[in-house]
Parts: sequence; C-alpha cells; structure tokens
Amino acid sequence: MSEAVKIDPIISLRNVSKSFQGNKIIDNVNLDIYPGETFVIMGCSGSGKSTLLRLMTGALRPEEGSVLIKGKDIASISEAQLDEVKKGFGMTFQYSALLDSLSVEDNVALPIKEHTKLADEIIDIIIKMKLALVGLRGYEKYLPSQISGGMRKRVGLARAIALDPDIVFYDEPTSGLDPVVGGVIDHLIKDLSVKLCITSVVVTHDMQSVFAIGDRIAMVHKGKIVEVGTPDEIRNSKNPYIQQFINGKPEGPIDFFKEDIGIIQALGL
Amino acid sequence: MINALGKFVIDYLKWVKGVVILFMDILYWTFIGPFKGKAAHREAIFYQMSFVGVRSIIIVFFVDIFTGIVIAMQTAYQFEKMGAGIYVAALVAIALCRELSPVLTALVVAGRVGSAIAAELGTMKVSEQIEALDTMAINPVRFLAVPRFLALLLMLPCLTILGDIAGIIGGYIVGNGTLHINTDLYFQTTFKYLKCKDIYTGLIKSGVFAVIIALIGCFEGLNTRGGAEGVGRGTTRSVVISFILIILADCILTAFFYFSKV
Repeated sequence: MSEAVKIDPIISLRNVSKSFQGNKIIDNVNLDIYPGETFVIMGCSGSGKSTLLRLMTGALRPEEGSVLIKGKDIASISEAQLDEVKKGFGMTFQYSALLDSLSVEDNVALPIKEHTKLADEIIDIIIKMKLALVGLRGYEKYLPSQISGGMRKRVGLARAIALDPDIVFYDEPTSGLDPVVGGVIDHLIKDLSVKLCITSVVVTHDMQSVFAIGDRIAMVHKGKIVEVGTPDEIRNSKNPYIQQFINGKPEGPIDFFKEDIGIIQALGL
Repeated sequence: MINALGKFVIDYLKWVKGVVILFMDILYWTFIGPFKGKAAHREAIFYQMSFVGVRSIIIVFFVDIFTGIVIAMQTAYQFEKMGAGIYVAALVAIALCRELSPVLTALVVAGRVGSAIAAELGTMKVSEQIEALDTMAINPVRFLAVPRFLALLLMLPCLTILGDIAGIIGGYIVGNGTLHINTDLYFQTTFKYLKCKDIYTGLIKSGVFAVIIALIGCFEGLNTRGGAEGVGRGTTRSVVISFILIILADCILTAFFYFSKV
C-alpha cells in the first residue's frame, strides 16, 4: 500500500470560539480545508455558518483558538499583516456588495488599482479577462443598478478573482436567484476552481448547490460542526440533524422554537 | 432609574470614544497615510469637493443674502431713530463675517451634505459594501471618510466667504434701497469697520464646523445597523448631533475669541 502524500491544509481552524453578547455563536470548532477543494459549509439560518466564514476572512477575531490561513494565524496578527493575508483571497457577498457609485469595470478594477502599480492599459486587459471568465464581456460601462441580481453576483465574483487569489469565500452565492441562474453560478464556481486552481469555501443553505459543487461538506448547527464528509457520505449519513436538514423536514432534532418553553408558558398562562 | 442613567452615560461615553477613534483614524490617513503610499484618491476628493462646495453655492448664497437683508432691516429700524442709519453697513458686515455666515452656512451644509454622507455610508454599511472594502484590504476610512473630510475642510470656508459676500450684498440692498445710503459710502463704511480678524475668526469657526459635520456624518454612517430603518435613524442623528455641536462649538469659540481679545 502506498503511503498517502500528506498535504498541509490551506485553512485550518483550531478550537475556535466566538461569542456575541454572552451567546456562544461558534463553539470550539476544528476544521481543515485543503488546497484546491470546494468546501461547502451548510446549516440553518442563525447556525453560525456566516460567522464561521467571517472568522476565516479576518472580519471577526475569535476569543479562543487560532485561524490559520496558509500557516499564518490571522487571529493574532496586526491589522497591517492581516491586510497582506487578505490580498491573497477574494470574497463574494450575499447581496453582491458592489460599490453602487462605480461602474462594473471600476468595481473589478478597484482591488487591482489599490494593490498594484500596473498601468491602466494592463488593468483594462485584466478586467476584460475577468469579466470574460464570468461571461460578462460588454457590460463594462454598466452601473450595478442597471444589471440583474445574477449578473451582479457574477461581477462580484470577477472582483473576487481580480487579484488571482488562492482562496475565494462565497457567502450565500445563490440566494435570491432563480434556479437557472443559481445553476449558472454553481457551474461558474466549480469551473473557476478547476480552471484557476482556487480553493473555494462556500456558505449556503441551498441544497441543490451543496451537492452540485461540494467536494467536501460540513454541517454547522448551533455553532458546532455536526459532520464533515463527501457529498455521498453526507447524503447517506445516519445523523438525524443532517437527514432533517437535507430533506427539509419540520420535525426532527433541529428545533426552531425555544426548547423548554411550551405555548402555555410562552403566553404566560 | 439609576440603571437607565448608567446605561445612558455608558452609551454616551462609548459614542464619544468611537468618534474620537474615527477622528484619529481620519487624521492618520490624511497626514501620515500619504507618506506610506496610501493616499486618498484625488478624483474622489475632487468629486466630493464638487458635491460639497459647488452644488451648495446657490442655497448658501440665498440663505446668507436673505439673512443680510433681514439683519439690515431689523437694525435700521433701531438705528434710524438715532440717526445712525449708516452704521447698518458696519453691523451687517461684522455680524455676518464673525457669526452668522459661518454658522448658517455650516447648518445648511450639515443639513445638505452631512445627512447625505450619513445616508450614503449607512446604505453602504447595511448592504455589505463597507465589509467588502475591508475584505479587499481597502481601509474604509481612507477610501470613504478622508475624501469627504478634506472636501468639507476645504470647501466650507470657501462657502463661508461666499456667504459673507452674499450677506453684505443683502445689507447693501436694504441700505441703498430703503435707507438711501449711496453705494460708495455704504462700502466705505463696511470696510472701515470690518477688520481682517472678523473674517479669519469666522473662517476658523467654519473649519471647526467642517470637522464636526464630516466626523459626525461619517461616524453615524459607518456605524449604521439594522437595514433601511437604521439608515434613516443614522441620517437623522447625524443632522441633529451636528446642529447641536455646531452651536455648542460656536459658543465656545466665540467666548474664546472674545476673552482672548482676538
């Protein structure tokens, strides 16, 4: 039997915890994400999956534990050092987060102009290349308000890959889109990670998306990782949380009401 | 009761701390950032200067010209009884330059520009645009607050000078039209009594007001929470707080200039 080659994870979370106003939102999470894979984090609204993503991007700092990006612990470095790490990854947002006042090309050019000293002609070529990758050539001069939601998400994606990052974080990439456009975005995520060898971390609760793009999937519930596995392992998991979530059943261990308050108590009767 | 009072004091102190930190941040990115190769964008500064300055010209002109007219009429009513109608010219010029033009211009700009800054940055905050900048390693204070701060700091004194001129013209309209003071005599009296210090104390005030408007507008915008309602709340707060602080700062500066005999 050949010995497996040991690959170092590109993102690694070690005993990470985060609280807001005394509520533990992320509770002692350990997670490894490997170079080149598309890692999907799924979970209900309020489960802590977006917080987990923001801990990985350095937007939030954990109270305990360490977040290692390419071996560097971003939980304990200075803002200036964190900025250097941030230049190595891109992120797309749930509502695209394009700057309203800038045209499509200026939005994509923004990180390039800010962090490189490239000539305008070169930047123009890069913008055209990035927009071609997301299928939006010809829309350079449009304002974000003049294009559709799906197109805005694709511009956001072009902006995220503008600096040729190793890692791209996607926050709810298909939410608010119709199934066809959602499928296009899924295809694009998969396509870009293969073409550009990008590590993708996708936070979503869109089940179609989860199984379409995920190389590995993690389910988060109440700030803890319930299970990590390949799409097949997750689909065939015996874990009742996962079965309830992927089948969208209202009954099961995932409760949407406060556990110990019955209707009589809730109404104060 | 005591709990509520304690909470109010703590919230207030937190607000002051936040504003002071933002001010330090703005000063850092304005004066030290450029030496580290991280200057604010020149185009953004010019765009904001045009928005703050050029597009406020008409409203500032009309507010100050009417104020000049009103002050001239109100004082003429008294001065004419003493046969001192000519001194309307001096009073209008000094009152406008030292006090009314800086304050009224600042209030108009706080209402027009301060609210726009809070609303724009607030919308950017709730639609994740500020977070997006942060994720792209672009400092939101340098990218958004510094151009607005510099534009206000440069343009508000210019608008105040325009207000001074408009006010004097307003006074002249009444002086010449109603009191029949001839043009030469009116302007001779104006410049005989109007000293340089009357103008520069007014301009110092307008510089301080510019800092207040930019700081409060940016702080309320960058700290907006809770969707459209939050944007509305932040915008209202920015105008109300700017108004109060402008009047307070005016009182303190006037006392300072008065007692220090500047």
